[in-house]
Amino acid sequence: MSAIVLFIATIAAIAGWWLSQQRLAAKPWLEQGVAVDLRGDRGSSVPAAKIGLGVFLAVVGSLFALLISAYSMRTTMVDWRDLPLPKLLWFNTGVLVISSVALQWALMAARRDDNEGLIVGLLIGGASAVMFLTGQLVVWQQLKIAGYVVASNPANSFFYLITALHGLHVTGGLVALGRTTAKVWRGAPMAQLRLSIELCTIYWHFLLLVWLVLLGLLTGWTDNFVDICRQLLS
Amino acid sequence: MAVALILLLVAVASVLFHLYSPWWWTPIASNWSYIDHTINLTFWITGAVFCAVIAFMAYCVLRFHHTEGRRAHYNPENKKLEWWLSIGTAIGVVAMLAPGLVVWHQFVTVPADATDVEVVGQQWMWSYRLPGKDGRLGTSDARLISSDNPLGLNPNDPNGQDDIVVQNEDLHLPVGKPVKVLLRSIDVLHDFYVPEFRAKMDMIPGSVTYYWLTPTRTGTFDVLCAELCGAAHAQMRSKVVVEEEKEYHAWLERQHTFAALSGQRNVAKAAYKTDSE
Amino acid sequence: MVDIPFDEVAGVPPAEVGEVELYHPHSWWTRYVFSQDAKVIAVQYSITAMSIGMVALVLSWMMRLQLGFPGTFSFIDANQYLQFITMHGMIMVIYLLTALFLGGFGNYLIPLMVGARDMVFPYVNMLSYWVYLLAVLVLAATFFVPGGPTGAGWTLYPPQAILSGTPGQDWGIVLMLASLILFIIGFTMGGLNYVVTVLQARTRGMTLMRMPLTVWGIFTATVMALLAFPALFVASVMLLLDRLLGTSFFMPTLVEMGQLTKYGGGSPILFQHLFWFFGHPEVYIVALPAFGIISDLISTHARKNIFGYRMMVWAIVAIGALSFVVWAHHMYVSGMHPYFGFFFATTTLIIAIPTAIKVYNWVLTLWRGDIHLTVPMLFALGFIITFVNGGLTGLFLGNVVVDVPLSDTMFVVAHFHMVMGIAPIMAVFGGIYHWYPKVTGRMLNDALGHFHFWVTFIGAYAVFFPMHYLGLLGMPRRYHDIGETAFVPASAHDLNAFMSVAALIVGFAQIVFLFNLVWSLVKGKEAGGNPWRATSLEWQTPETPPGHGNWGKELPVVYRWAYDYSVPGAARDFIPQNEPPARVAAQGAHP
Repeated sequence: MSAIVLFIATIAAIAGWWLSQQRLAAKPWLEQGVAVDLRGDRGSSVPAAKIGLGVFLAVVGSLFALLISAYSMRTTMVDWRDLPLPKLLWFNTGVLVISSVALQWALMAARRDDNEGLIVGLLIGGASAVMFLTGQLVVWQQLKIAGYVVASNPANSFFYLITALHGLHVTGGLVALGRTTAKVWRGAPMAQLRLSIELCTIYWHFLLLVWLVLLGLLTGWTDNFVDICRQLLS
Repeated sequence: MAVALILLLVAVASVLFHLYSPWWWTPIASNWSYIDHTINLTFWITGAVFCAVIAFMAYCVLRFHHTEGRRAHYNPENKKLEWWLSIGTAIGVVAMLAPGLVVWHQFVTVPADATDVEVVGQQWMWSYRLPGKDGRLGTSDARLISSDNPLGLNPNDPNGQDDIVVQNEDLHLPVGKPVKVLLRSIDVLHDFYVPEFRAKMDMIPGSVTYYWLTPTRTGTFDVLCAELCGAAHAQMRSKVVVEEEKEYHAWLERQHTFAALSGQRNVAKAAYKTDSE
Repeated sequence: MVDIPFDEVAGVPPAEVGEVELYHPHSWWTRYVFSQDAKVIAVQYSITAMSIGMVALVLSWMMRLQLGFPGTFSFIDANQYLQFITMHGMIMVIYLLTALFLGGFGNYLIPLMVGARDMVFPYVNMLSYWVYLLAVLVLAATFFVPGGPTGAGWTLYPPQAILSGTPGQDWGIVLMLASLILFIIGFTMGGLNYVVTVLQARTRGMTLMRMPLTVWGIFTATVMALLAFPALFVASVMLLLDRLLGTSFFMPTLVEMGQLTKYGGGSPILFQHLFWFFGHPEVYIVALPAFGIISDLISTHARKNIFGYRMMVWAIVAIGALSFVVWAHHMYVSGMHPYFGFFFATTTLIIAIPTAIKVYNWVLTLWRGDIHLTVPMLFALGFIITFVNGGLTGLFLGNVVVDVPLSDTMFVVAHFHMVMGIAPIMAVFGGIYHWYPKVTGRMLNDALGHFHFWVTFIGAYAVFFPMHYLGLLGMPRRYHDIGETAFVPASAHDLNAFMSVAALIVGFAQIVFLFNLVWSLVKGKEAGGNPWRATSLEWQTPETPPGHGNWGKELPVVYRWAYDYSVPGAARDFIPQNEPPARVAAQGAHP
């Protein structure tokens, strides 16, 4: 359970940092008026949707941290047999990176009011995300043909579960991205779109990060990394 | 004032119930009277806090309930009082936790001279296995379970041949000898629970858990399952008989070894003498 | 003292904060059914939760009938008994209490108390309710499928939960897990709303330290729930795969009814870790909103500011954080590594300190107050007694070695019913009596309220206090019939019968309460906008019940904290949060 405890500790540190800015030691009964409100006259400048996405990412992060915890507890059991990861997985990872980069490009285009660049970025981002998902399905197919079915070993079960949950989150992102792209297509004003595009981009980067962590876990790099850290500490 | 009185009565009735009700733990039959002492200590500390809080509350209700023209006192906080209360609480907590941890340390530290006894749970019966004269239990695996080998013992393990297998019968233990109870399940979670022993631990299929105790008085005690294990959970019963060493050995003599049960007669029936070792 | 000069009595001009695009309903359907108004969603959540809660209440009668008079009722057998306890526990903890506190109270009170027009994502908020309703329906459907609902206990421990020795193995468990997954998805949608609304949509002047403790409690509980529910989600998905696809996440090599199964190598303990990583925070997810509500009830009805507000806030935050590192105290006898016991016993008993501070501050608020013994106040007093009782027995069970003889006995059942059954329900009732006038514009009937309180409080105490002693006796939980034993005296059966009768009486008192809810809707006394003369914002709405958008044309501006009761020198014994200092000064001398 160390992964999730570490994750919760990180969240707690962020929450603690934020709370420390909120004058929790103030004596509210001695203060009257509105000037004590640190948010100033116009309220917080960060849009609610962005904060909402941040909180949602914390929830998703918790979900994957728990999966990682469960994975690392289950690997210690004797019946664990690592499964050979198909080469295609590396290609998929590359595609997901491209997807993330394309969306970042779209975001930058949106900030410059470059409508064409925006559409190109969104389309490349969306298409490569679809390609990533297709690639993941092909990986499943390859594993199935090679005899690594879901129930034959816990390593396989975890592989399918982890990739499926990650894929579902990408699919959910694609829905949001699709709606944003549709709005761009219909020529909605750029000012309205920027936020949606930014949210999609943040979500994409987050899913890329999660995927890289999961890939590290599935390939066993994380184990080596943890071992090295342990050796350095001892 | 009726409300204050009723609140106070709740506290008084609780204390009286605690002192005079006939429902209290069964007389202990193991060395874990330390646990009982820790519970008693916890009762004293928490009982005092419970009564103090309710009495204070009842007094406030009595003294400060609304009457015409009353106005509440204005007092946002009192740091000093809050700190003192926190420190007092911390002391109370330490007073309960420290002895608890000391006793837990004893509970998880098995003495070197403890004899192994295996308890196997399955839906919905108990089986037992005692080491033969070699004093060691053989290995086991759930995959080896069959009708002639209901506990899944390893037939190739020489240590296991003279193990004594007790099925559909009570477990006997010698009084005054420390026992390490090894707990194994072949299907779902169970929990070997003898109220008089105070100790308990879940049994988990796929691994072996344990606890230890020294039976301190002779008698026959109920064995129950304390972890929900399916439809007949409540009927999963057996008995433990704690008896003097001589009677215990007499009982052992009547039991069958694994080898005898599985038809491999190459190992003689366990011959126990009181003077062995 | 931070004092801001004002030119005019009206104070500073209000400003729209965290602009929320209000959705304007066009038809009856979008106004009352597919509504995006948090207040309507709150009522929908509450009615659904209380309806399914009634089912759980009836199940508890069945259980008590069986325990009090074993063998008398031929329609209850061992299988059904297990199904009853499982469904009762699951419904009460998740579908009633969690949904009611967060979905019901949270939706209604958060926007009103922080001075927002609505939740920040009204559409997602609406979806949250409908997914929750679907989860409830899937759960209720298990009563009608072949084999009935699962009887695995609300903890759903594998391997037993998905094997054939447990009732409801074919459909019951599958639907239960599906329902939990749906619930978590629905809750996450709602939870995002509650958190972001508190973060972003507070009105001008509403700093964190001016929020009522109810908002603090619900806010912290929601943050915890958002982080903890994924654990139940992961556990449910994995268990579902074990059940449906034959994977072995949790399933070790085992023999099912004499047959070796295809499972192998899995770890039942892993499930328990995941379950309790959710399950322990869940206790506080239910408790923290109750803490908040009780603080506000006591303060309002004792006409006194909550004593030690800052300490109360810090305690809520500390409890929220600590509750993530105590989960394994539910697993002392699970066979996990015994050395974990030292760590988890210590963290568990540490959490007692901030909790105790809260209790002290509640009773110290009463000290030199002006205590109005209204129905909400009575429920608050009842909460304190039951919560202190249940909290103190928690010190038994949290202290690892003391837990060994008591775990899995009726002592545990008594403890958690007292601390997270009766106590939070007291807070729920107190809250309903307190806020019903705001929701409906009418008061609940006072005489029926008093009757409801006394029967519920005394009756529930009579059920669960003696139950501890059955546990001390050694009586295990989840037994439909203790049967023949040497250690349970015959008198214990009389005690059981007494508890059953008390439980039935308590149950019927709830019907009086439901009647009161409906009757007062039509016949209740007109309440006016602020019948309790309370300070917090929800009582200062221009209309009662508050209209769509809550605040009419202009959002309120907050000038003070939520607890300015009986301020020396002020003309009245309460100063609403949105009352400008200049106006207070005009009415009476400034402190």
